[in-house]
This record gives sequence, structure tokens and C-alpha cells, in this order.
Amino acid sequence: MNAKAVVVDGVFKKKERHVKANARDFNDKFSYADNRIKTSKYDIFTFLPINLFEQLQRVANAYFLVLLTLQLIPEISSLSWFTTIVPLVLVLVITAVKDATDDYFRHKSDQQVNNRQSQVLSGGSLQNEKWMNVRVGDIIKLENNQFVTADILLLCSSEPNGLCYIETAELDGETNLKVRQALTITSDLGDISKLMDFDGEVVCEPPNNKLDKFTGTLYWRDSKYPLDNGKVLLRGCVLRNTEWCFGMVIFAGLQTKLMQNCGRTNFKRTSIDKLMNTLVLWIFAFLICMGVILGMGNTIWESRIGRNFQAFLPLSELQSSAVFSGFLTFWSYIINLNTVVPISLYVSVEVLRLGHSYFINWDRKMYHRQTDTAAEARTTTLNEELGQVEFVFSDKTGTLTQNIMVFSKCSINGRKYGDVYDEFDQKVEITDKTACVDFSSNPLCDRGFKFYDGSLSEAVKLEDAAVQEFFRLLALCHTVMLEEKSEGLLVYQAQSPDEEALVTAARNFGFVFRARTPETITLCEMGRTVTYHLLAILDFNNVRKRMSVIVRNPQGQIKLYSKGADTVIFERLDPSSDDLMCTTSEHLSEFAGEGLRTLALAYRDLDENHFEVWMKKLLFASTVIENREDQLAVLYEEIEQGLKEMLTTTAIEDKLQEGVPETIACLNLADIKIWVLTGDKLETAMNIGYSCNLLRDDMNEVFVVSGHTLLEVQQQLRSAMEHIHSLSRAGIAGDADKSDMFADDSAFEETVIAEYALVINGHSLAHALEPQLEHVLLDLACLCKAVICCRVTPMQKAQVVELVKRHRGAVTLAIGDGANDVSMIKTAHIGVGLSGQEGMQAALASDYSFAQFRYLQRLLLVHGRWSYFRMCHFLRYFFYKNFAFTLVHFWYGFFCGFSAQTVYDQWFITLFNIVYTSLPVLGMGLFDQDVSDHNSLRYPGLYKPGQRNLLFNKRQFFLCTLQGMGTSFLLFFIHYGAFFAMAREDGSHFSDQQAFAVTIATSLVIVVTVQIGLDTHYWTAVNHLFIWGSVAVYFVILFAIQSNGIFGIFPSHFPFIGTASSCLSEKSVWLVILLTTVVCVVPGLAVSFLRVDLFPTLTDKVRHLQQSRRRKRPPERNPRRVRRTSSHRSAYAFSHQQGYGELITSGKNMRTGTVSPARSPARTQHSSNWMENILKRSNEVSCISDEQHKAATV
Amino acid sequence: MMASSYNAKEEDGHHSGAPAHGGAAAAAAKSKKPDNTAFKQQRLPAWQPILTAGTVLPAFFVIGLIFIPIGIGLFVTSNNIREFEIDYTGVDVDSPCYSCARNFSWNNTAPCLCSVDFTLEQPFESNVFMYYGLSNFYQNHRRYVKSRDDSQLYGDRSALTNPSKECEPYRMSDGQAIAPCGAIANSLFNDTLELYHIDSNGTRNTIPLVKKGIAWWTDKHVKFRNPGGNNNLTAAFRGTSKPVNWRKPVYDLDPSDPDNNGFINEDFIVWMRTAALPTFRKLYRIIQKKAVTTPTLPSGRYVLNISYNYPVLSFDGRKRMILSTISWMGGKNPFLGIAYITVGSICFFLGVVLLIIHHKYDTRNNSADIPN
Repeated sequence: MNAKAVVVDGVFKKKERHVKANARDFNDKFSYADNRIKTSKYDIFTFLPINLFEQLQRVANAYFLVLLTLQLIPEISSLSWFTTIVPLVLVLVITAVKDATDDYFRHKSDQQVNNRQSQVLSGGSLQNEKWMNVRVGDIIKLENNQFVTADILLLCSSEPNGLCYIETAELDGETNLKVRQALTITSDLGDISKLMDFDGEVVCEPPNNKLDKFTGTLYWRDSKYPLDNGKVLLRGCVLRNTEWCFGMVIFAGLQTKLMQNCGRTNFKRTSIDKLMNTLVLWIFAFLICMGVILGMGNTIWESRIGRNFQAFLPLSELQSSAVFSGFLTFWSYIINLNTVVPISLYVSVEVLRLGHSYFINWDRKMYHRQTDTAAEARTTTLNEELGQVEFVFSDKTGTLTQNIMVFSKCSINGRKYGDVYDEFDQKVEITDKTACVDFSSNPLCDRGFKFYDGSLSEAVKLEDAAVQEFFRLLALCHTVMLEEKSEGLLVYQAQSPDEEALVTAARNFGFVFRARTPETITLCEMGRTVTYHLLAILDFNNVRKRMSVIVRNPQGQIKLYSKGADTVIFERLDPSSDDLMCTTSEHLSEFAGEGLRTLALAYRDLDENHFEVWMKKLLFASTVIENREDQLAVLYEEIEQGLKEMLTTTAIEDKLQEGVPETIACLNLADIKIWVLTGDKLETAMNIGYSCNLLRDDMNEVFVVSGHTLLEVQQQLRSAMEHIHSLSRAGIAGDADKSDMFADDSAFEETVIAEYALVINGHSLAHALEPQLEHVLLDLACLCKAVICCRVTPMQKAQVVELVKRHRGAVTLAIGDGANDVSMIKTAHIGVGLSGQEGMQAALASDYSFAQFRYLQRLLLVHGRWSYFRMCHFLRYFFYKNFAFTLVHFWYGFFCGFSAQTVYDQWFITLFNIVYTSLPVLGMGLFDQDVSDHNSLRYPGLYKPGQRNLLFNKRQFFLCTLQGMGTSFLLFFIHYGAFFAMAREDGSHFSDQQAFAVTIATSLVIVVTVQIGLDTHYWTAVNHLFIWGSVAVYFVILFAIQSNGIFGIFPSHFPFIGTASSCLSEKSVWLVILLTTVVCVVPGLAVSFLRVDLFPTLTDKVRHLQQSRRRKRPPERNPRRVRRTSSHRSAYAFSHQQGYGELITSGKNMRTGTVSPARSPARTQHSSNWMENILKRSNEVSCISDEQHKAATV
Repeated sequence: MMASSYNAKEEDGHHSGAPAHGGAAAAAAKSKKPDNTAFKQQRLPAWQPILTAGTVLPAFFVIGLIFIPIGIGLFVTSNNIREFEIDYTGVDVDSPCYSCARNFSWNNTAPCLCSVDFTLEQPFESNVFMYYGLSNFYQNHRRYVKSRDDSQLYGDRSALTNPSKECEPYRMSDGQAIAPCGAIANSLFNDTLELYHIDSNGTRNTIPLVKKGIAWWTDKHVKFRNPGGNNNLTAAFRGTSKPVNWRKPVYDLDPSDPDNNGFINEDFIVWMRTAALPTFRKLYRIIQKKAVTTPTLPSGRYVLNISYNYPVLSFDGRKRMILSTISWMGGKNPFLGIAYITVGSICFFLGVVLLIIHHKYDTRNNSADIPN
């Protein structure tokens, strides 16, 4: 795949890629990949050989191939070739059909992509070309909202300065717009003739998968221009807000970064899978043991009895010695007994999992109407593991929260708005039905906005100065960009959702942000258009935690509007407003307690002269090269002092996804530990922790670990540990003996009754994840009910998951929605992606995807539990059935001279697993339900057996094989006893081999069918059909292959002619079958009855309850309402990025040409830097790389 | 499973603008909402049996109550069956066939004759079936079992002259195909048994033995067929050779009756139906009941005349002659009756034990302890 630039004439270094624009001949020399992609594996001609080859590489299939070869040796072959080849072919065909369908869809999707249209510059004009015909070096035109065809170098665009905007949701999951800018020198190549003449040559790195890095050089007109990531548009991005742009293709098709990133997904195996493989090995060993025993038996028999029996049965030349005969018999028995390792096992398991996946896809209760997304099982191999999850690692933003900010409350001048009161002055809970304020009088309002407290709009209408000033501030002090799609249809492009919420609120209350130029901001205040001169933007950064704007209003007053974190704003308030501050601060706590994100606002009037002086200083400072940032900060600080006049605070609701607290509560009851791993700040994360019920006020202790050095972290962890130990020691102090239990960690864990939570930040986590501390961390974390890790990098997310996965041996599940969750999703046993707002990256990397966090509850507690339950029952029965079936041969060995003579008809052996008994067990594996979905959710405790691996483990395997062995023993010896001296009703002898075979086979089929009947908890029509149908099919086939007709055609293959009819017409045969069935089934029945009766599990109890409630419809249960607790927790989260202020004042991103460039030297200085700054910063935020992680650990 | 994570459909995502085909209405109708069918939502109506004392315990009692009478019936029936068995192998020095057994040689052309006297204490009322029994004879050995050619026995001409390889080493003899080939046919039981009743005045009355009707109908009429037309068996078998151990060729098995000769000779067919266990009996002759009033075999003294051709001593085998009547459930078989009685009693007993346990320790009915 990684076609390196080919060395053509020795001049080029191997590791470089040379691409020349508009020069196909030149580029052809290197034979770069063209833009055709191919994800399909086969075509019509290669399908058969390749697929067959792949399938035969699998161990199970290879094993059967070996068996088949063994069967071709006549001396060994104890079974005809068809007994193995029929199942093998069936398995191969089923798998091949599945592979072929998969590949067909890949072909279709490839074709769809390859045939997309793009505009390529060739022969002097733009030509429509299919994507697959685009070549490296071509110059192509992209239009707004088009997908980028290949990895291209941006040459020019419709926007000024060669800017263009892209959305990279498909690549990294971020939906915010990113800016790319062409080289200045190419940005004016706007027309076709100039582009035709462009013959620049790009020398760059070979194809790689780093999405955030690109290095190259453009050689054009004898100059060199460095190229970086900011000049390249990658395949998979979408062009936004840009009418058109031109670019030159650098990487195409499979060499694009997108395709280079699409590695084969690593193959996840479930623990059942691993167990199954171990068990198959055990069975294999067992098989060899049996083979050895019987082989040795054969040697003894041949030397003792067979030797004397030669008059009637001479040894063949090959088997001249008894030992050698024993050796051959060993292989014969390996063939005979091969059905203990059933070939149909693997294929049946696959079918089951596929079926379970379809049930997930079909579940309407996991379908999200708003986004029209159904749940999707993207991997079909992990379903039963969903029933064993112990740890859930969740992302916060977009997963627990919607990442939609809603302006919900505010406090203006000491008055609180936003709550709704009824006529008795009681606070009313806001629901969907609550009447919201009607904004229809405002033609520019945003219809999606909802506010419930009418008093605020009253206040606006009454022209309350403070309220008006409040909304004016919201409308002015921000860095939102505006797009007016048509008259009155405003679209705000905000870089943080908080800001958008605030500006939208102002808009609805009549202070509409209408237009922005680098120097002005135009508002529509209560219907009047007012233009403010924007004098300065004091930009946001993480230290300042606030932003301000200085504007001159039409009256000529200069005002500074400021918004920021409450603590920061409070510090800078004029002392005169202390009273107000108290009230506001109270309101603030109240808001924060409700889980709202708060923000404080203030403004001050500026004196003209004072401002002039300050402005000069600012201009000077911005030209300084050294310490510019620091100097600016000092200046900002200076002018932001003494804020007064108005103090208000707004509360924005970081809306939780629907049903999050309920889901978390429910999962907690199912003993699933939930860890939240977020990139957010500690306060935000804790706040969300409280609002979604992960942290509660009634918890004994919430440990916060936020040390900066290894020692600090160690100490904090240790002291937390101490704390827990001392508390629980105190709790059980009365019982002195129990103190010994501390030695044993797991036992200790059980004794912790108190509830703890751990909050740890990224820095500390970096230390805590080091080898010497990781055990302390893990132990502590596992003692806590809830764990929140904040400020973690994607890498750390994965490390945390890995830590638990490695040391706890528990099944982990990671759920997230963004690109930053991909590593964690891929690391965990099960990755769940939310296919929601933030692009598809997480969903693409995941094993399961759906729209809402709350569906996790159903996925785990219903589908996971059922899958696990079904799979375990399926496996137990499957092993039982095969042991019962096969081991009869073992017992028979002792009575047929260890000659590897089969008990059954060969056709019966061929068909037993694939026809006679496959469907009932598949039906059970697909449809069985012990308790209904409703009850699964209602009693989360039902989930626990899965976590403890109780339903299928080595012990269970041993028990079910024991049952199988017992059944085979009884089957054989009852028939032995009955047939020892048996005559038909007409006196003819009856103890012949064929009658024996038919009777024992019929008994076997009936016994295993009765057994599956007893094991099936949920008899749907399909189960009835399968179970009764299988028995019927058995008899139909039995009579068919023992009929006169088929014997007449193939006399040597169907020698059992007439046996069934002579045999099954005997009363005594049916008496034997009845006896066998009862004897084989009753002990199991008694044992399971005793178990249910004496030691009922929760499942049994719920089943019982379910049964007794069936008659009367269960009363509709009100959904579990989880009240969030409220206490004072102030949080401030401001997901701003620095640099946007600069961007606005520079006017770089303004479309209108009204900006007069280079008005002042300071501004030019600014503008040359802003682009790099902004790119640098956005990189810092969005691409948290390993390097940074390492830096953090050092 | 191993699919690459890239998929064009997903690249399109939800951004794919207006669909080129069909309008907005078509797109709206094409919602991804899963169908609301009972099957897809896993709500299929179902019978959900659970193990309760109310269902399991009665089952045990019912099984017990059904099995015990059946067992008693079987046991009584089995006991009412008359059966007489005599071992004529000739192991002991004082047994009449001792010398025949000792002096056996494959080359003997003249059969060795011996006769055994025995007495029936009780009369055999209904039809009597005469079996020969062999012990320690591994008719179920794999190499033995497969050593036959069903096509040849079915009268297939090509298989007649070119038998299956499975018949080795009894496939060809002196360049001619053996018919019937294989070890089974080769080891055909060839003792001849005759039965005489010695009445009170000492005269020997031959008891007529019916040799037809001893094979299964399908075997006799479908599975075994003589090659070619029936008219001349000697001609039909021309070019084949007799099995090595046989004294006469297959078309001479019963020259008196063309319907019982060649491959469709019933003694041969019976032998070819191989036994499941190393100790077995095969039907040899039938003694028809003649009159309603007299027993088929009255009690008294009998003589069994044996032409001793079949060597079993070398592998420590035994040969027996068995006389037996039958009932509705076949021959004498005490096993089934005893087994039924035992299983029935155990089930009943188990039912009682479970009932006691259930009453003493029942915990499930108070389902109040389900944590909610």
C-alpha cells in the first residue's frame, strides 16, 4: 500500500515525493496511486481461491481438512469421506456466502465513491471527471459543501487571502470549522488561464497517516515556499463557507491520509471465545486420550483374541503386528470421535452472534427519532461480552452531555430571572408542557430558543436600563461570526457553544447581532439598527479567564464590556457594588448548584482621554516582539479594573443527554463501575458528575487528586487509601477477627460499605499511571463508586482503560462520541460510539454505535444479558449434545474389539450435527429469554452473573460434558442390555448391528430433543417449529435413506435398507427408547429442580414473579426518577480558544472588501501573526499528541 | 469481521445533501426506524415453562406410576416365555462333540457328526423358534463388517465379477471373483442341526424344521438378489469362485428350492445381517405348531443331531442351540422388565424425596426478597 516514491533516475531521494502541477507525464514516472480506492478484497475470479485459502487457514477448518485426508487412507478410515466433507462444505459455503455479501457491499460503496464527480482542470478548461480518474498533480476545483476529492494543496479560493474553511468531522470528529490558507503567492491564481500555467513542483513527505502533520516545499518560479498542514485539504473533509477553491492533488486514493488511517480494525475476541478455544484444546487432548486408550485396547485385543480369530478375520498385510494395528486404530478413533470437537460449533456461534447483532439493529427502543439513528452493531463478534461488562469508561462532552448550551437563567442587578412560579409562588418544574415566552414579535428571533420566565421579556419591554445593558453586553462582547443566508435568517458561527447560547439569547430578547466588520458591530436593538465602533477586543485566554470589548456607541461614549469567570470578574469590581455582589453571588451559587455553567458580566464607562492613552500603549505593546503577550496582559488588566455599574450573571445549562442520571443509577445497581474520562476541567467535570448522579452529596468522601509531582500524587493517593481503611476499620471495630481481612484486597473490597468517589486530573494521572503507582491508583479507584478523570488526553484515556483491562481482568466498555475517544474505544474490550453531533470518527472506530448514552442501559442489561445467557446455554447444550453423541463409540469400542466400528449409520453421523440437532439449539440461542426485557431493566441485579462469569466457565463445561458422558453411557448400556437377547415379534433375530444403530440413534435424537425442550425457557412458534420439525425431519430422512428406492440406486452407500421400518414397528424398541429417554433426562431434571427450589438465583425469582404476574398486566411503572442533589458548587467552564479576537480585528475573515488594509502598523503586525497563532492554538487543543503526553509525564 | 474501517456510506454521513434520486418525501419515508414486528422486537408470543414443584413433582409420580406396571407386565411376559438353551461346542472331554471339535480341519470333506441328548421339562405350547448362538464371535469388528459388497449381493453383474476392494482378502480366488465376496460371507455358519423327539417307546420322531421365513422381508425381497434371470443360477454365477471356506458354491446352497438358493438363501441372508455384539443368536429354523390341542414340543427327551462344520474353539468361542417361544414383546428379555420396575421405583422415590425437601426448605415462594 505504501507505495514509496520510486527511484527513477537516482537523483531523487527515496523518501521524498515529487509532484508537479499540470504535468501528468512527469508524475506518471513515479507511478503514484491514482484516486481509485479499493476496499474490497475479492473479485469474481479471485473470490474462490482466495476465500478458500483464507478459510482453510482457520484452525478448525484445517483440522477438518486433516481429518478428511486421514479418511482417505483406507486402513484408517473408519468413516466414509462424506461424513466430514458434507459438514465441511456446508461450513465453507456459509462462510463464503457471508464473505461474498460483505465484499459485494464494499464493491458497491467503492464504486459509489469512485464515481463521484469532480472538476479537473485539463486542456484549458474545467472538465467533469470521476473521482477515480483524478491523478496526482491535477488541479481540481472544489465547491462549497463538497467533499475534498483527495489530499490537495490549496492554491486559491473565493475568499480573500486564499482562505478557506473546512469541516473535518470525518477525519478527527471535530465539527468546528477550521481555516486553511493558501500561500500568498498562489492565492491570486484565481482564473483558469493562470492556473493552467502553474507548474509548481511540490516535494514532500511520503504518504503517512498523521492527520495533523504535513511538511513539504513548493518550488515555483525558482523560489522555495514551505508547506505545512495549514495549506493542505485532506480527503474526507468538507468545504464550508467557501464558494470555491482550487487545489493541486498531492496524494490520491489509497495514499491519502484518510485511507492510510483506515487500518484493518484489530480483531477483538470475547472472553467466551478465548475460553472456547481453551476448551476445544482440552477436548482435543481428551480426544487423544480416548484414542490412546482405545488404540492400546486394540493392540491387546489383537494379540489376545484377534490373533486367534484369524480363521474368520485375517489381518491384512499392513496390520501385520498388533502394535501397528493399535496405532492405526488410534487414528481411526480420532476420526470416529472427531465430533466431540464439532465443526458446526464455530459456524453456529457465528450465526448466533449475527442474529443477536440483528436484534440490536432492529431494536426500536434504541432508535433515536430526532437524528433518525438506529443502534448498530458494527462488530458481530462481541455480543455476549456485553453481558459481562464491569467497567464503563465514558467520555463526558457529547456523551453524558449534549454539548448544547442553553441560556436558562440569569440574575440582573440582583434580580433573578428564569424560574417559573405558579399562582401560589411555588417554583414550577419546567417540562415540555410549560408555556414558553413568545418571541414572535421579534422577526429576527431564533425559533429554537426557549425561555420560560415572562418577566425578563417584560423587563426588556419596559426598557429597564440594566436589563437592556445586559443584553447589549451579550450582543457585543463575543467573537461570534455571522452568516446571513437570506434576509433575516441569521446563522451564528461561534467557536464555543456557550457563546452562541448567550448571543442567541440576546437576539431573542431584541438585541440582535446583525453584522460585524473589523471596526464595527451592528446590532438591531429593539428594532432599531445601531452601529457600534469596535475599538478593541481584549481576547480570552486561559489565564485571564475573561474577555472584554471596548466599543464606542453612537452617542460617542466609550464602554468596556466584560464577561468571564465569576471569581475573576468579582476581583475586578468596584468596591461600591459590594451589596449587589453578595446577592449576585448567592444567585450564582444557586445556579451552580443546579448544575448550570455560570458566567459573570460587568461593564464600565471609559473616559475618552484615559482610553486614548491606553490605546497608544496598546498599539505600542503590540508592535513589541519580546514579551508581547505579557505586556498586552498587563495592559488588559489595567483597563479592566474597577468594573461596576452593573453586575449580572448568566447561567447556561450544559444540557445532559436524555436519561443520563437514570442510566447511571441503573448501571450502578448492576455493579457496573462508571469512570468518566474527560478533557474538561476539574470543576466542570465534577459539576457534571453531580448533575448526572455519579457523585452525590451523601457520599462519604470525594477524593480529589491534583498533585503536580509524583510524590504529591503518591501522597494524596496513599492518604485516600488510609482514609478508607481507617473508616472501614472503625466500622467493623467490634469484630476483631475481621481486621485480618485487610490483607486480602478482594475480601476487603467487599467490606467497604461507605461510598467514595475519586476525582483525578490529567497531570496527576500521568504520574499515577507510572508503574510504581498504578496499583495504588487501581486499588483506590476500585474501592470508589465513581471515578472521574479530567483534563486527560486521548492517550491517557486509553492508558486508563488498558490499566483496568490488564490488572483487573474485567470486561471493559468505553463509550464516547468524539475523535478523542477513538483510542479508548479501540483499547477497551467493547467500544461504543455515539453517532451524534461530533462527526462519525468514534462511531467508525466502535463496535456498537447508537445515538444516546441512555441506550447503553438497554444494550448492556437487555441485549448483552440475553446474548450472554443465550450463548452460555447454547454452548453448554452444544457440548453436552456432542459428548452424548460421540462417546457412545467409546463404550462400543470395548465390545467390538476396539476396531473403531461406528455405532451409528454413517449418514446419521453426517447429519446429526448439521440437520437433526442444529436448528433447535440455534432457535434456543437466538430466541431464548429467561426474563423479559422489562424485568431485565427493572432488576439490574440480574446482570451480575455475567460479570462473575457464572453461566459458562470451566466448571460449567465440566458439568455439561459430564452430563453428556453420562448420557452416552446410559444410552449405550441400556441398549446393550436390551439387545443382548432380543427377538422380534415374528421370532427373527434382532440383535443385529443395524437395528442397534437405528434404535440407539433414535433414542439419542429423542433424548437430546427432550433435553433442549427442558433447557428452552421461551418457546416461541419458531422454537416449536424447530424442535418438532427436527424430530420429524429425523424420521423422514431416516425412512428416506433406508428406503428401497435409494438402495436400488446406490446399493453400497445405503445398506441400512428396511432397518428403520422393521425396527420401529417393534413395541419393545419403543419401550427401550422411552426407558432411555426417561433415564437420561430425569437426573438432570431432578438436579435442576432442586437447584431452583433450594437455591434460587435472582433470575429464578424474577421468572417466578413474571409468571405469576402474567395474568394481570403489570402496572406501568413510573420511570426511575433520579433527583439530583443540590449543594453549592460553583463551576466555570469557558470552552474558548484564544486568538479569535485577533482574527476579528484583523478583518482577515471578513468577506466584504470594506476593510481598508494596513490602517496602522500595529494592525499589520497583528495580521501577519494571527493566522499562525490561531493555527498553532487550534492544533494545541485539537491534537493532543503523544509528545504532549510525554511532556506532561516528565 | 475483518472489514476495513473505511466505508463510503459513512464518508457521506449525514452530509449527503439532497438525494439525487427521489424527493424529500421518499427520503422521509426511508426512515431508519426499525420495523415494529414482534419478531424484530423479540416480543414473539411464547410459552415460558418454569420448573415448579407443581409441574416437576407430579411428573415424577406419573413416571413412577406408569413405569412400574409396564415393568411388571414386561417381567411377567418375559418369564412366561419358554426358553431352552444347550451348548454343543464340545469343550469338555465328556461332551458328545468333543472329538468333532478337537479334530476339526478345514480340509475335511466328510462332516463330523455328533448328537446331543436333552430333556424338556415343560412343553412348548406355541410356535417354537430355533436359534443358533455364537459367543466371542466378533461379527461387529470393523474390518469384518465392511468386508462385503452390497452391490454384488444386490445382483449387480459388474460387481459380481469385480467385487469391491472392501472384500479383501476374500475378493479374488485363483483369478476369479469370489461370489459372495468378503469375510462375512466367507465365515458363513454351516453347522446343520436336526431335532428329534424321542417318545415314550423310544422311537425318534423327526421334528419338521421350517427353513423359510427366517429372514427379514426387505432383506429377502429387496436387498438380496441373484444376478441375471433366476432360471439358471449355475450359469448366472459362471466365472465366479466359491468363498474359500465354503464346501459348495453359492448356487448350491439349497438346490431343492430355487427360491431359497444363491444370494437369496435365507440362512445366508440371516448370517449377512451382522450382529451388534460379540455374543449373539441368529434364527435358524421355525417349528410350526401343528394342532391346537397338542403342544409344539411336548415335554420329554430330545436328540439334537449336529453335523459339526464350524470351528470356534480356536478363538475360545461357544456354539449354542436355543429353543424359544415368543410373546408380544419378542423373545425372552428380563432386562427390560427389571429396568422399568427399577426406574419407575426410583422416580417415585425421588418424587417423594423431592416433595419432602420442597416442603421443608422451600424458599422461593416468598419472592419479597427480590431487591428492587
